[in-house]
Amino acid sequence: MSDAPSSEAVPRLPRGVRLRHDKNRDEWLLLGPERLFKPDNIALEILKRCDGEATIGAIVEDLAQTFDAPREQVAKDVRAFLVGLAEKQMVEFA
Amino acid sequence: MNEGTQDIPAPLGLLAELTHRCPLQCPYCSNPVNLERRSGELDTAEWKRVFGEAADLGVLHVHLSGGEPTARPDLEDLVAECREVGLYSNLITAGVSTDEERLERLVEAGLDHVQLSMQGPDAQINDFVAGMRGAYEKKLRTAKAVGRLGLPLTLNAVIHRHNIARVGEMIDLALALGARRVEIAHVQYYGWALRNRASLMPNRAQINAAMQVVESAREDLKGRLVIDAVVPDYYARFPKPCMGGWGRQSLNVTPNGKVLPCHAAETIAGLTFETVREQSLADIWYRSEAFNRFRGTDWMPEPCRSCERKEIDWGGCRCQALAFAGDASATDPACHRSPLHGHMLAVAEADAKEEEAFVYRSFANAGAP
Repeated sequence: MSDAPSSEAVPRLPRGVRLRHDKNRDEWLLLGPERLFKPDNIALEILKRCDGEATIGAIVEDLAQTFDAPREQVAKDVRAFLVGLAEKQMVEFA
Repeated sequence: MNEGTQDIPAPLGLLAELTHRCPLQCPYCSNPVNLERRSGELDTAEWKRVFGEAADLGVLHVHLSGGEPTARPDLEDLVAECREVGLYSNLITAGVSTDEERLERLVEAGLDHVQLSMQGPDAQINDFVAGMRGAYEKKLRTAKAVGRLGLPLTLNAVIHRHNIARVGEMIDLALALGARRVEIAHVQYYGWALRNRASLMPNRAQINAAMQVVESAREDLKGRLVIDAVVPDYYARFPKPCMGGWGRQSLNVTPNGKVLPCHAAETIAGLTFETVREQSLADIWYRSEAFNRFRGTDWMPEPCRSCERKEIDWGGCRCQALAFAGDASATDPACHRSPLHGHMLAVAEADAKEEEAFVYRSFANAGAP
């Protein structure tokens, strides 16, 4: 279940879900089965870090440092975003 | 966008009907009643060109469909081309004619997703609706092979009065087969389904019960199974946003290369559909008369024109308007604001009481509608 992934959980894009830059529209898109999701800038920064190796904790740490943002807020946002996508089967946790 | 005009968005999805050949005979098939023979089909090079043009045009998802797309021996080549040009490929299959080795070759070629049709949750109902003995067992084998190969699976369950009471079992089957997603698709009455409407139409009580089952399953299975539903519009208050709007998001290419805004568009007399054998997809999408005929909202009559929902449902379905009003630009009778809405409901209620036998979809039964 996707309720409460721990900070040790490793988010990744499942088979059949692809993050790609669309040259026609000049925007990033997350493609899944009959699904199309247009990430905003923050979502894109999170998705780019879902490489199947980084833990949620590491992603939060990286984002907090890169954008000089409060760690607690970043952790809350990252978690909410990933859980939302997991409900749509666009992200899974290893 | 590269070639477009400011007010015509690039399409997102392409339905590639590679062939009309199919081992199943489902009486609700979305193919036209006039089926295309093998000799008329686009060849490998032509389909590859279509996929290249689609990617350039901005298409993201390609749905490899039919008929049964695996009837094409060049399917591996076509999937590889989709991957090559950056298209997300979705195989829409009956799953009765593909062994694991073939699936493996398709995966190696770059297939992204499999959508498997299911006619019912056990062999008896499945094989009766599909008109093919042994189909159910073969489908289960295909589903398991897809799982073993690690590919995401969607189960597509087309719902009508012969299986509507078993929607819950269809959802359970999707879970048991490891599907990530299930489509509960109430029959849309076009093509073969329109011909068989009196043997397929459920009544309102059956529909309400099925929709409740779906709603509660959606809540219970959140995070485990995505449930998408196509609503039965004969009993609706508002029309569906058919295809997301005419010429707005999607296009279909038929086995012989005609480019259509939707499955049933050829039923609209007076519209001429261009073919990829003579024009580019971009020319057809942006400039053909057929795609521009019902695009946007300018073509709308009242009560659509002043309706606050006109950019929600885009006027509903033109083919349904034609079928009921004899005029493809009329308000979709699924809308309660259409003067024909009561008539449409009465037709549904009368059909739901009929006991007609299926006219199975086959080349033998095909003919002028």
